[in-house]
Amino acid sequence: MTQALEGFLQALSAGLLIGAVYGLMCVGLGLIFGVMRVINFAQGDFMMLGMYAAFYFFTAFGVQATFGNTFGPFVAIVLAGPVLAVFGYFVHLTLISRVSGTRTSSLEGEGHYAQLILTLGIALILQNGGLLVFGSVLASIRTPLSSSAWELGPLFSDISVFVNKARGIDAVVSLVTMILLTLMITRSRIGKSLRAAADNPTAATYMGIDVDRAHRIAFALGTGITAIAGGLLATNYPFHPFVGVEYVIVMYAGVVLGGMGSIIGAFWGGMTIGLVQQMSTLILPTQLQNAAIFVVFLLIIFFRPQGFFGRMVERT
Amino acid sequence: MREWRSLLPIIVFTALYAVVSLSVTNSYYQLVMTLVPVWAIFGLSWNLLSGYTGLISFGHAAFFGVGAYAVVLGQIHFDLSPWIMIPIAAILGGVAGLLIGFPTFRLQGHYFALAMLAYPLAILYVFEWLGLQEVTLPIKRDNAAAYMQFADHRLYTLLALAMMFGTILLTRAVERSRFGMALLAIKQNEAAAEAAGINTLAWKLRAVTLSGAIAGAIGGFYAVVLLVVTPQSVFGMLVSAQALTVAMFGGVGTVWGPVIGSVILIPLAETLNAEAGSRFPGIQGVIYGLAIICVILLAPEGLFWKIRDFWRKRSAAPVTASPGTPNVASGTSAELVPLRPKRSAGTGDVVLEVRNLSRAFGGLKAVQDVSFKLRQNEILGIIGPNGAGKTTLFNLLNGFLRPGTGQILLDGREMSGRKPHELCEAGIGRTFQIMRPFLRMSISDNVVVGAYVRAKTDAEARQLAADAIARVGLSGIADRIAGELTTKELRLMELARALAGQPRILLLDETLAGLGHDEANEVVAVIQRLARDGMTIAIIEHTMQAMVRLVDSFLVLDHGAVIVEGEPEAVTRDSRVIEAYLGKKWMAHAPH
Repeated sequence: MTQALEGFLQALSAGLLIGAVYGLMCVGLGLIFGVMRVINFAQGDFMMLGMYAAFYFFTAFGVQATFGNTFGPFVAIVLAGPVLAVFGYFVHLTLISRVSGTRTSSLEGEGHYAQLILTLGIALILQNGGLLVFGSVLASIRTPLSSSAWELGPLFSDISVFVNKARGIDAVVSLVTMILLTLMITRSRIGKSLRAAADNPTAATYMGIDVDRAHRIAFALGTGITAIAGGLLATNYPFHPFVGVEYVIVMYAGVVLGGMGSIIGAFWGGMTIGLVQQMSTLILPTQLQNAAIFVVFLLIIFFRPQGFFGRMVERT
Repeated sequence: MREWRSLLPIIVFTALYAVVSLSVTNSYYQLVMTLVPVWAIFGLSWNLLSGYTGLISFGHAAFFGVGAYAVVLGQIHFDLSPWIMIPIAAILGGVAGLLIGFPTFRLQGHYFALAMLAYPLAILYVFEWLGLQEVTLPIKRDNAAAYMQFADHRLYTLLALAMMFGTILLTRAVERSRFGMALLAIKQNEAAAEAAGINTLAWKLRAVTLSGAIAGAIGGFYAVVLLVVTPQSVFGMLVSAQALTVAMFGGVGTVWGPVIGSVILIPLAETLNAEAGSRFPGIQGVIYGLAIICVILLAPEGLFWKIRDFWRKRSAAPVTASPGTPNVASGTSAELVPLRPKRSAGTGDVVLEVRNLSRAFGGLKAVQDVSFKLRQNEILGIIGPNGAGKTTLFNLLNGFLRPGTGQILLDGREMSGRKPHELCEAGIGRTFQIMRPFLRMSISDNVVVGAYVRAKTDAEARQLAADAIARVGLSGIADRIAGELTTKELRLMELARALAGQPRILLLDETLAGLGHDEANEVVAVIQRLARDGMTIAIIEHTMQAMVRLVDSFLVLDHGAVIVEGEPEAVTRDSRVIEAYLGKKWMAHAPH
């Protein structure tokens, strides 16, 4: 009995910590998807780039020397965010904007076909280009914290919960980033234009908001945020150039769970995915962890397609 | 004869491909030659669902993988030959399609696409867990051909080619039948398709079943060609991506699209892999990705459409120089139609009776306690200010919305809560305030979609459509694409589409909106002729002016409720109507 309880608490804490990072990852995609309504298949690969960016910042650009082994990785991870945001900005400027936003009304299916294929093409280039540049060897951003833990407890009846230190800091960085982003979206002028463009692009245009520019900012922000989440994940999981495919589906599951168009919803969606994944280990074999995610995803999509925080918008 | 001529390009292509494939001796290139038709068929399967209905599926790997594993496991466990197992794989794929389609078609747009993504991936992990990581087809030494194992690999190519030929014929047959029409109508505008009497769910289920069957069969064949099946290689995301890539690259919604895409992309990727793969791992993916991006930026709907539009423009250029098309509706101007004698209210059989109909959206009572009777051959005008609930009332009558309370009786039968296509079948036709034409289809094809609800055969549907087009006076331009029409022509086309289903009652939603004075008169004349010929009509209009001459009686709505009902002359003088339109302030100025 105590063993079962201990296992439960352990899985719960792991789920909450990994969920916080998944949440951030989903927020990145949620921004893009919510504002632009573009299914971006390359989001996982942007995240992969974020992981490598953090990796090289840490090892090659002096972050390790300046900040040391313990906290250097986290500095590198946060630095990777703005770099990938700039990258995302230019990807949108040169490619995505040609098949999305105000240009799409003339295309069949509002350009959905073109957007899908385009982002698939970008994903292919990034994955395989990554293989060319980075090689297929597994990389990781390890800190001494990755292999040590805080012990919470003994709480009661001698039950202790172990919290991986790196994951703990990951969760804190993730929450701080999330709070800053929320402040920006709700308080700043840019944030308002993003929300307006998401809510009703046509009306936003009439109000003098440059919708394409709002899309570009959302795309850049979303890319940067997901890149930071990627770096955080990399402190515990090794990665390779094809790692994006594994996460992009988790991201969509989280975004839909939370409700399209809701930033905070995307965070909770990601959190739920993390919890489901970790808790499912209690009753399911490890290989079925990911199957569990998809089953939950499908159930929610059927019974509450608007997600936790979304509104049902029906346009006839 | 015409049928045969249009088959010619396909036969020529298949024959040429066969000749080329027979001359290939390198076994690697023989494999590539086999994979081209394999992925083309998979693309065609995807196209059948997603290309024609517009519902994008990321999950076609689910059907493909089911077929592949069925063939391999069937031979391992039951010693069944792929000759038997591939048809069984097709059945399994079809069943999988039905099982997946039924719940998933409730979703729309992005939700549908993303839900489809989840199926193959969930199955993938289950197969890994079952320990089916890498399953190999047993090699047969004796009687190998009976197990579809050939020493000469070119036979695989020929077999794949035969299957591709069959799939193309099947797709074309679908494309040209009422099946294809229904799917195209769904893609262009699902709500309008429902209102035109198409049971959209039933057609989508047929499409996903057929599509799943084709994908299952070709997945099974793929397993035979490669001999080894892994969850990633048949259920993986890249497999689903392959289907949409070849189809979208080549062109969506045409049989040629997936074939063109496959013929170009598959050899490109494989050749790059063979030539440069060892020195530059991943180079084929990069160039493949670049090729896709370039094409999509230059031809967002695929190569086929780009080329076709290009040819059309070249061949059409001299035609457009000819004098403009004569105004076909001019023969129907108001003066030529003898005015139908107005009917006194309260005579004739009741066709439609509405009793205490209400519908609320949250706290907003959009329609409250509305009751009225519509009699045979009556023209009822439903008027009221913006937001009075007129269109909501129509949406309740044709089944877009379920009534909260109340009854809708058509010939005394209770119809409330039925689906739009059922109500259309029962005899309620409608047009839309915001027009819902199928923009890429010609006027004839638009109208044919509406005729299928009555017609048993394609020929009968064509006949009904031609009649309906004649009744609104568009016969002269019946072959023009809806996207090129004027507002008036579109309004008339929508009217014809509703007429083609031979409705007993026509619901016209602001048919005169956006028309100039003369145009409005032409359309009014058409409506008057319809009424003269016995049609029963309810028409929503915003402005009273045009209506007074047209209708037999008015129903005035305000804030969702009926405020006045009666003959035009009486209604226009009613103080409550004036108040609803102009507000209290103007009451003093109103003529009494």
